[in-house]
Amino acid sequence: MAINQYQAVKFNHKHLLGIQYLSIPEINLILNESLAFVELNRQENKKLKILNGKTQINLFFENSTRTLTSFELAGKRLGADVMNMNLQNSSIKKGETLIDTAMTLNAMHPDILIIRHQDSGAANLLSQKVNCSVINAGDGRNEHPTQALLDAMTIKMKKGKIEGLRVAICGDIMHSRVARSNIYLLNMLGAEVRVIGPSTLMPKNIELFGVNVFHDMEKGLEGCDIIMMLRMQTERMDGSYMPSTREYYEFFGLDYKKIKNAKDDALIMHPGPMNRGIEIDTSLADDINRSIIVQQVEMGVAVRMACLKILMENKI
Amino acid sequence: MKKQCISNARIIDPKNNLDEIGGILINEQGRIEAIGKNVTELNISDATFYDCAKKIAIPGIIDMRVFAGEPGFEYKENFRTLSQAAISGGVTAAVTMPNTNPIVDNVSTLDFIKRRSRDKSIIKIFPLASLTKNTNGEDMTEFGLLKLRGAWGFTDGLQCVQNNRVMDKILNYAKNKDALIIQFPQDNEISKNGVVHEGFLSTKLGLKGIPDIAEQLIIERDLRLLEQYNGRYHISQLSSKKSLEIIRSAKAKGLNFTVGVSINNLSLNDNDIGDFRTFLKLSPPLRSEDDRIALIEAIEDGTIDVIVSDHKPEDEESKRLTFQQAATGASGIETLLALSLELVHNKKCSLNTIIKSLTTNPAQILGLRNGTLSIGSEADITIFDLERPWVINKENIKSKSKNTAIEKRKLQGKVEKTFINGKLVFSD
Repeated sequence: MAINQYQAVKFNHKHLLGIQYLSIPEINLILNESLAFVELNRQENKKLKILNGKTQINLFFENSTRTLTSFELAGKRLGADVMNMNLQNSSIKKGETLIDTAMTLNAMHPDILIIRHQDSGAANLLSQKVNCSVINAGDGRNEHPTQALLDAMTIKMKKGKIEGLRVAICGDIMHSRVARSNIYLLNMLGAEVRVIGPSTLMPKNIELFGVNVFHDMEKGLEGCDIIMMLRMQTERMDGSYMPSTREYYEFFGLDYKKIKNAKDDALIMHPGPMNRGIEIDTSLADDINRSIIVQQVEMGVAVRMACLKILMENKI
Repeated sequence: MKKQCISNARIIDPKNNLDEIGGILINEQGRIEAIGKNVTELNISDATFYDCAKKIAIPGIIDMRVFAGEPGFEYKENFRTLSQAAISGGVTAAVTMPNTNPIVDNVSTLDFIKRRSRDKSIIKIFPLASLTKNTNGEDMTEFGLLKLRGAWGFTDGLQCVQNNRVMDKILNYAKNKDALIIQFPQDNEISKNGVVHEGFLSTKLGLKGIPDIAEQLIIERDLRLLEQYNGRYHISQLSSKKSLEIIRSAKAKGLNFTVGVSINNLSLNDNDIGDFRTFLKLSPPLRSEDDRIALIEAIEDGTIDVIVSDHKPEDEESKRLTFQQAATGASGIETLLALSLELVHNKKCSLNTIIKSLTTNPAQILGLRNGTLSIGSEADITIFDLERPWVINKENIKSKSKNTAIEKRKLQGKVEKTFINGKLVFSD
């Protein structure tokens, strides 16, 4: 039923570069399409033929296990031919630019490119140079749209809605593309978004993005329905943002004491990979009454299948 | 050369407080023989006349921040292509940055530039040498020797001297040689890996920001150091509103120094970067609209002395990269005047202020005899139509590199004739 409701919505993009380019109906369309795939993925036979004959290339310039696997599975379950290109240590080191790599791949006529890159804007740049659709699987600190979509999907599955929920995004907001995509998406779907972290890890003017900013975690967590923890992205940091991980954990690590400030049924999310004992208490991360980190991974495959299907059926 | 007469022009020469309809008579040696309302076709014979139909004649523009490409970056620009670009924009003299390959940090490289530009350049080239060897920020160059051989000033150009002790010594020693020290003010550590103004846009695009405090720290430091020695000091380009506060209070205290600004920071703000437009990756970065407005006001009230093009040609390969990796800088010598005139059309600045900041002031700072239409001076003259509209297009750019930051912008005010040493070098 829910699917019919959104059939009239046209997905008006050739690429999925970021949540900021999407409309609310388009986001709902993806979430509703995903619903069907959640069911499918729980069946014994998970294979469809929707993307038979299509070629999907996963172009990963930055290392990743879960996102890459998730996209690979999503493509394969829809019947596409999927190829993974791990480019961290190949042509790039030989001096080839992103554009050259893109042009080379473009000549092989792929139907969809999934790109992850360490530089913000890389997916936008790629999309301007190739003929096929491009999905951004994370570019620098800019966006990671499928992560935000799978997070929304997970929240919807667990809480039944997003509108009116109070969501806290905690930790290294500055270096996080996940935070940016989630802020856009959750705001659009009517959640109250808070960001919590030390001021050294808050990007400038973040309050202009429609979020309430907290530097005291216990205060920030008050009344929250969802707590999204972020990883400290030490690889993107130049210089000291926090005195030590010990100090960070004391004030911004999520533990049983701090979570008491949130609602009793507050749920914990994390885009992974987790640093146990730095941003989150290890037993809390595994607490099945609290943590829905595993469900996020499950939703990831379904949401990516929906994105692939929508972009491939939607020839612009 | 026959005598020439530019007639029926609106002549503006801020140095001589001249703004009247009249003519300019150029003698056989390419110098100005007579000027003013009495110079007309009626009382002069035996000269080639250029009737300007009341269009504006000003001293040729002196662009104080130009990357010429030679030596080392000839694929981006050379003196010949630079000249073509410059004269079409009414620029008759360029002050060139030492950031070549090799760096202009010694007498022989300086000599190479002088000889190459003498042979290949149509416009006048006034080279700067670096402040420190290889712009390493540590070892002072030979200010005295380089000045003797024709360096008009000293700057590390793209770099800023970070070390306080070194900067102190530089300002101290430069005073002995009456050398002009030009600083690009930016603290390296605070701006480390930054590519855009730190603000809403840097957060939105997920790009590392350059906070404006990076500029203020260096200006504050340099002015404190300068107080001790009172030498010749010039800030190459400012970008932020808060820097102006520092400058105003230092000038109010009587400290003597001058300040420039890039036309880019007067014409664009960080929002123009949109979705990662690398052609707008500049240094200093485009800042907020508030900053831009404050800079324009500072031109009009005289806090800022000079407008520069910050002409930095970059080939397409250096720009067709992710924003983080792309080269900084924009080609702009051709549009310096037209963009500056926008400020006049928008009623933000008077025409006289703009002309002054492009001609008289740079000449005065550098100690040049150009930048004026005084009798006896070299006849470097730019004639432009203040109203004529045109559109900047990549295809029409004369510079070897096409990296304009204002592609497709509608401009008002077009250079129609450029004279250098009395010779008509450009006509449109």
